[in-house]
Amino acid sequence: MSRPILSVKGLVKRFGGLVATDNVTLDVRPGEIHALIGPNGAGKTTLISQLVGELRPDAGTIELEGRGIGGLSTARRIRLGLARTFQITCLLPEYSVLDNVAIAIQIRQGHSFRFWGNVRHDKALREAAIGFLDTIGLAPRADEQVANLSHGEQKQLELAVALATEPRLLLLDEPMAGLGHTESRQMVELLKGLKSQVSMLLVEHDMDAVFALADRISVLVYGRVIATGTAGEIRDNPEVRAAYLGEGDEAC
Amino acid sequence: MDKSINKPFLLAGVLIVLVALPFLANAAGYPALTSLATRALIYGIAAASLNLVLGYGGMVSFGHAAFFGLGGYVVGILYQHYTQDDMLLGLIPGTNQLLVTLPATLLVSGLAAALIGALSLRTGGVQFIMITLAFAQMLFFLFVSLKTYGGDDGLIIRRANELPGLNMRDKQTIYYVYLAIAAIFFFLLWRIVNSRFGNVLVGLRQNERRMAALGLPAYRYKLAAFVISGMGAGLAGCLMANFLRFASPDMVHWTKSGELMVMVVLGGVGTLFGPLIGAAAYTILEAVLASWTEYWQLGLGFILLFVVLYTHGGIQALFARIGGRRP
Ligand SMILES: Nc1ncnc2c1ncn2[C@@H]1O[C@H](COP(=O)(O)OP(=O)(O)O)[C@@H](O)[C@H]1O
Ligand SMILES: [Mg+2]
Repeated sequence: MSRPILSVKGLVKRFGGLVATDNVTLDVRPGEIHALIGPNGAGKTTLISQLVGELRPDAGTIELEGRGIGGLSTARRIRLGLARTFQITCLLPEYSVLDNVAIAIQIRQGHSFRFWGNVRHDKALREAAIGFLDTIGLAPRADEQVANLSHGEQKQLELAVALATEPRLLLLDEPMAGLGHTESRQMVELLKGLKSQVSMLLVEHDMDAVFALADRISVLVYGRVIATGTAGEIRDNPEVRAAYLGEGDEAC
Repeated sequence: MDKSINKPFLLAGVLIVLVALPFLANAAGYPALTSLATRALIYGIAAASLNLVLGYGGMVSFGHAAFFGLGGYVVGILYQHYTQDDMLLGLIPGTNQLLVTLPATLLVSGLAAALIGALSLRTGGVQFIMITLAFAQMLFFLFVSLKTYGGDDGLIIRRANELPGLNMRDKQTIYYVYLAIAAIFFFLLWRIVNSRFGNVLVGLRQNERRMAALGLPAYRYKLAAFVISGMGAGLAGCLMANFLRFASPDMVHWTKSGELMVMVVLGGVGTLFGPLIGAAAYTILEAVLASWTEYWQLGLGFILLFVVLYTHGGIQALFARIGGRRP
C-alpha cells in the first residue's frame, strides 16, 4: 500500500468543556475517496477546519504526503496542495462567477504583487477559469454575480473554485447539502470523474452519494471515529448501526 | 470593475474643465475658485489614498492624518533647516526643492505606514480603527511637543518649494503643477485597483476567509496596500504644506483623519474618483457654509447624513443613477 496522502494522528480539539475532536486518527490514500459521516455536531466541520489550519488543534499531528503541516499557515497548506469547500458557501459575493474562479487561479500562479496589468483583460486567466466552469457545468453563468446564484449553483461554484487551486487533496464539506435530486446526481458523477485527478475527504449526509463514491468510510460520533471500513463493513458494523445508521432514519 | 474609467469622454470633459478652470474663474470674477480647486485636488489625493485601504481593502484606518501630517512636516522641517543653513540631526541638509522634498515625503510616509501598518494590521475590526487612531494621536502629540519645529504653532514655510523653470509663487502655476501630479496619481491608482494586486485587495474586503482558503497570505498584501495608501496621503500633505506655506499639528489631528473619511463616504467608498468628488464637495461646502454660519460643520453633518441614507454609495453613485447607469 502506497503512503497516504493525508495522515491524521491523535487529533484533539476542545471548545471549553466540549471535546469536538476526540483523538481522531485517519488517513486518505492517493486516488481514494474517503467519506466521513456522522450526525450533526459530530465534529466533521471542526476536523476540516483543523486540517486547513483555520483552527489549531490541542494535540495530534497532521501530515500531507509525509510532511508535517500542523504548524503551517492556511496559505502554506493550500500551496502544498490542500483545498476545501465550505458547508455554508464562502465565496466573493460582489464578484462574478468567473472572477471567483479566476482569482483562485491567479493566487495559485504565484504572488499577486503585480500592480500594472488589468487582471480582467488577462485572456489566459479568463480562459483557464472558463475551463473549470465548463467542468462543473457553470460556464453559461460565468458573468452572473455570485450574490444572484441559486444555492445549488453556489455549491457547484465552491467546487469549481477549489479545483482551480489544483489541489492534490480535496476536503469537501457536505457538497450535496441543499442540492436538488438532479443536481445531487450530477455532483456524484462529477466527483466520480475527478477521482483520477485528486484524492478526497468527503463529508456528506447523502448516504446514496456516500455509498456510490466512497472507497472507505469513517464514522464520527461525538468527535470520535467509531469505525473505518468499506461501505459493506460500515453497513454491517453493529456499533455504527446502533449509534448512527438506525432503521430508516434520515442520516444527518 | 470601475465603470467610471469606461467613460473616457466624460473623463476627457472633466479634464478639459479642470485645465480651463483658472481662466473660467478669472472670467467669472471669482479667482479664489482656483485656490479652492487646488485644495480639492490635494484632499482628493489624500482621500483617494485612504480609499485604497478603506474602500478597496476594507481596512478602516482612522489614522491617515498621520501620513498627511508627516508629508507636511517633511516639507516644513527641511525648509527650516534650509533657511537656518544647518543639518537635520547633524546629517541631512535642508532643502527648498520640490524634487527633493516630494520623494523624501514618499519615503518618510511610506516607512511610517510600514511601521504603523505592520503593528495595526495584526488586529482587525474596531481594534484596527482604534490602533491607527492611537498611532496618529501619538504623532500629533509628538509634533505639539517639538518646540524646535514650532510646537503648537507649527512651521511657517515662507516660500513654497521651488520647481526648476517654474514660478511656484504663482497660484495658477501651483494649480497646474498639482493638477498634473493628481492626474499621474489617479492614473497609477487606476492601474493598481484593476491589477492582480487590486483584485486580491478587493477579494480580502469581500471575504477574508475565502481568500485564505485560496492560499493567499493576506497580511503582506494588506501591508503593501497600507504603505501605498500612506505614501499617497503623505504626498497630499507635502502638496498641502507647499500650498498653505504652513505645516502644523492640525494636519495630524484626528479630526483631519475624520475629514478624509467624510470625503470618501461623501464621494463614494471603493470607487476610483469618488473620493476626489467627495473632496471637491467637501471643500466647496466648507467654503459656502462657513461664509453663512460658524456652525458650518452642523450643516455638513446633515448633508453627510443625507448622502449616506439616500444616495446608496455617495455622490458618484448618485451621478451614475441620474445618468441612468447602475453604479
Ligand atoms: N468555534 C466553536 N466554538 C465552540 N464550539 C464549537 C465551535 N465550532 C463548533 N463547535 C461545536 O463543536 C461541535 C462540532 O461542530 P461541527 O464540527 O460544526 O459539527 P458537524 O460539522 O459534524 O456538524 C458542535 O457541538 C459545535 O457546536
Ligand atoms: Mg458541519
